[in-house]
Amino acid sequence: MTAEFPTVTQHTDQVEAGHSLWQDAWHRLRQNKMAVVGAVFVFLLALASFLAPFIAPHSYEQTNLAIGATPPSPAHWFGTDVLGRDLLSRILYGGRISLSVGLVATAVSVIIGVLYGSISGYIGGRLDVVMMRIVDILYSLPFIIFVILLMVIFGRNIILLFMAIGAVEWLDMARIVRGQVMSLKKQEFVEAAVALGLRKRRIILRHMIPNILGIVVIYSTLIVPSVMLLEAFLSFLGFGVQPPMSSWGTLINDGAKDMEEYPWLLIFPALFFSITLFSLNFLGDGLRDALDVRASKD
Amino acid sequence: MPLLEVNNLRTSFHTRHGIVRAVNDVSFSLEKGETLGIVGESGSGKSVTCYSLMRLIPQPPGKIEGGSAMFDGVDLLKASPEQLGSIRGKRISMIFQDPMTSLNPYMRISEQLIEPLLIHERIGRADALNRGIQILQEVGVPDAANRIRSYPHEFSGGMRQRVMIAMALITKPELLIADEPTTALDVTVQAQILDLVKKMQRELGMAVIWITHDLGVVAGFCQRVQVMYAGRIAERAATDELFAHTAHPYTRALQKSIPALQPKGKSLYTIGGMPPDLSQPIAGCPFVPRCEFAQEQCNQPVGLKSIGTNHDTACLRVQKGEVNLQQPEPEPAQKT
Repeated sequence: MTAEFPTVTQHTDQVEAGHSLWQDAWHRLRQNKMAVVGAVFVFLLALASFLAPFIAPHSYEQTNLAIGATPPSPAHWFGTDVLGRDLLSRILYGGRISLSVGLVATAVSVIIGVLYGSISGYIGGRLDVVMMRIVDILYSLPFIIFVILLMVIFGRNIILLFMAIGAVEWLDMARIVRGQVMSLKKQEFVEAAVALGLRKRRIILRHMIPNILGIVVIYSTLIVPSVMLLEAFLSFLGFGVQPPMSSWGTLINDGAKDMEEYPWLLIFPALFFSITLFSLNFLGDGLRDALDVRASKD
Repeated sequence: MPLLEVNNLRTSFHTRHGIVRAVNDVSFSLEKGETLGIVGESGSGKSVTCYSLMRLIPQPPGKIEGGSAMFDGVDLLKASPEQLGSIRGKRISMIFQDPMTSLNPYMRISEQLIEPLLIHERIGRADALNRGIQILQEVGVPDAANRIRSYPHEFSGGMRQRVMIAMALITKPELLIADEPTTALDVTVQAQILDLVKKMQRELGMAVIWITHDLGVVAGFCQRVQVMYAGRIAERAATDELFAHTAHPYTRALQKSIPALQPKGKSLYTIGGMPPDLSQPIAGCPFVPRCEFAQEQCNQPVGLKSIGTNHDTACLRVQKGEVNLQQPEPEPAQKT
């Protein structure tokens, strides 16, 4: 709260100028230290993973059975796994998979969920009933089987994996968005928009969705970790990333098996994973506050 | 030919407690450039009437059961979405009660203001923006060129209502429906808004339907008045005629309830009882339970009947000439 006071005063000073939503949001986001720290961490991790081929000290697949699992040392900062592969390199490469699956699958699920939910909620009536029953049915399906089916049909493909996960993760989003839209559409400005002759499409896209962005953002940051965990699980089943390629999920999985003998194999990947999730949560929290135009005014 | 001709409009809401007949057989017409006031208390059906015309009734639970509303040869009640789309916001505009919630908090004033233009007219963004600034100046928003880039929360209530009016008028509509646009505003701002609408009406020559529960507003602004009660028209007449020769007990009760017209020191007149439950069928005059002139015969069906030039009443006893509401009332023997 205290962090927002400067924003308030600034607004009374500059009311005439009319801040853009994004300027405003950006300003408020910068006031939120935790969110900034989160954003910086996510950015650094993404950068490091993206540049993995250039900055990784060793190859991620080069085994060295002679040394086997060694604890952290100057040569291998995070140690090596049972096959003698450098853990730091594997984490960096794994980050590429984990972060991109997190972002792509989340984006897919957000797009589907927001569109589906807002259409269902705004149109209402019979269409709403049908659309929501479809969601209920999809909920009741064991979605791992759904993903596996997709993989079987379309072959093993990492992009498809992202899409498949996104396609099963949108259900909650659709429900949340629908609820929000239903309460929004009772507001007078929606009535006013109808009275002005706006078509449904335009009302949904221009009036509904911007109003629910805050909730969508915060909820998206919750989807990211669950998607990353799902990827780990699928990889564990043999449907996701295949060795020698790694993802944080698979590294944690492998590490968990040997945690008593070689704890660093679990600790370091888990550390990266947790830091990412924390950062995303703080960032999402900050974004939600920042995007709520009404929060710091009036 | 009248600009708008409404015939036998019936709108009801299907609720769990039965069918609420919010608008029951309402007919009226409106000439080009005319100002019609619709007066009534909450739940009298005045807003629902206009919402029905704009097809803004949520369906379900609402349902337009019957009737027609001819606007320039198009029946608004049966128009296709395309026809409606080219009329709503272009030829008929509406202003709403609460300016605080009628603007999208996430969109700049500029975006919302020019939206009707972009939809209804072939016009570029820059031209639309210029028109927007121009109309904002006309409705009295100071420093319009800069303030058009603000967000709704940066405006006061009165200013927002000005923006709403600008939005409604930017396409130069032929009919403006104003649903109690001054209710949520300060009295001083109310007067400004009234003057503004009058001024814009003169400039654009549009017809106005002004929904209100304030007879004072009607007196100063409308050429004709129609008083609604329980989803029906109780009385309608030219404004002067309505005040000079009141011909329905409900209208008179409304007039007596205006605080400014009462002698100082007297306790405020209120209409006793409650409006009737519209989910129950009402055979006769719906005002019977609260009417001081009611008799047994008032429970038989009654319709609007002309009692003079352009003066209709739905009071059976006035129609028969049994009651003359112009007679000074007997002083109530109410001494302390």
